[in-house]
Amino acid sequence: MRDILRLTIVLTSICIVSAIALAKVYDLTKGPIAYQKRLEVLRAIKTVLPQYDNEPDRDMVVLPMGVDKKGEEIQRVFYRGRKEGRLIGVAFKVISPEGYGGNIEVMVGLLQDGTIHGVEVLSHLETPGLGAKIRETKFKDRFKNRNLTNTTWAVKKDAGDIDAITGATISSRAVIKAIKEGLEFYRDQEAGIVGSDQ
Amino acid sequence: MTIAREFTKGFWRENPIFRLVLGMCPTLAVTTAAINGIGMGLATTFVLVCSNVVISLLRNFIPSRVRIPSFIVVIASFVTIVDLVMAGFFYQLHKTLGLFIPLIVVNCIILGRAEAFASKHPLTDSVADGLGMGFGFTLSLLVLGSIREVLGNGTLFGAPAFGPGYFPFLVMILPPGAFITLGFLLALMNRLAEDRPSVNPF
Repeated sequence: MRDILRLTIVLTSICIVSAIALAKVYDLTKGPIAYQKRLEVLRAIKTVLPQYDNEPDRDMVVLPMGVDKKGEEIQRVFYRGRKEGRLIGVAFKVISPEGYGGNIEVMVGLLQDGTIHGVEVLSHLETPGLGAKIRETKFKDRFKNRNLTNTTWAVKKDAGDIDAITGATISSRAVIKAIKEGLEFYRDQEAGIVGSDQ
Repeated sequence: MTIAREFTKGFWRENPIFRLVLGMCPTLAVTTAAINGIGMGLATTFVLVCSNVVISLLRNFIPSRVRIPSFIVVIASFVTIVDLVMAGFFYQLHKTLGLFIPLIVVNCIILGRAEAFASKHPLTDSVADGLGMGFGFTLSLLVLGSIREVLGNGTLFGAPAFGPGYFPFLVMILPPGAFITLGFLLALMNRLAEDRPSVNPF
């Protein structure tokens, strides 16, 4: 009996000390981590939008996109870029679940007329050397100046307008489909995204 | 054994990867580039040294019947600290290493050193053991990562290693490349060890 008491006390005190130390470290790193995450979003927005002078991640519109399997609401965030107060473009993130290796997250930047100014791949799990080429400028530039009316959104193999990456048709298709769906969602919701302008 | 011997054994005689063949999961998974190998190695070294220090200091306080849960709590705490600090200050590296940072918890090298060494030896020896094992691990990951990055991607630390005419040997940065490289290195290390009859690794 005495023995059990001693084991319990030792293990509990080790856990208490660990918990206090972790709480302290969490508290100290909370700020820097939030800062890094924000920086990452801003860096992506910057590459897909024309030069802006506001803080797009503080000028957002959040719209519901339906519910996921667990019944939780999926949201899409639209970051609005402005120059001298005028709206010049909107950036938003699309996620394709159809990548070869997993989800592909892409930031899309649109000009006011709904034309793509730039896209940026945020994260992916595609095969290095093949599907991972979706990160290359050569592929990302294929989306520039495209919109829903001037482009058939599919790879050339599927009678579309966009060149797939050699050896990575699945990855190319996934990106194209996700961007297309993003554009359609934007088109349907445009009034709400641009219109809630003050 | 002297402190110097405790330190140097991790590099060759008891090298965790090539001699003890421990911690294979991060070894095979993250060594697609030299920088990943160094990052993973140093993160592991930090956890290893810290856990060795704490466990060595507490070795007379922890009853042997609860030693494994105690070791795991100590190790898991340091891993979480590394995870948070890396996320805050080395964000890109943290993103690349991703899941493998939390998985340091289950790296057998760390629990292995706690159980086999730190729980039985005084502080200075345990620090030397942790540093030596950690640097031996880091060096091995660096060698693996460099070979795979040079052959599989044509770069070293991100800088082109050959001219633009080099066509990367892609399989080297895919999972099979990890096994192939490790196999050749293990064979090489065994061969070299044979040629030095004065050293008995076991």
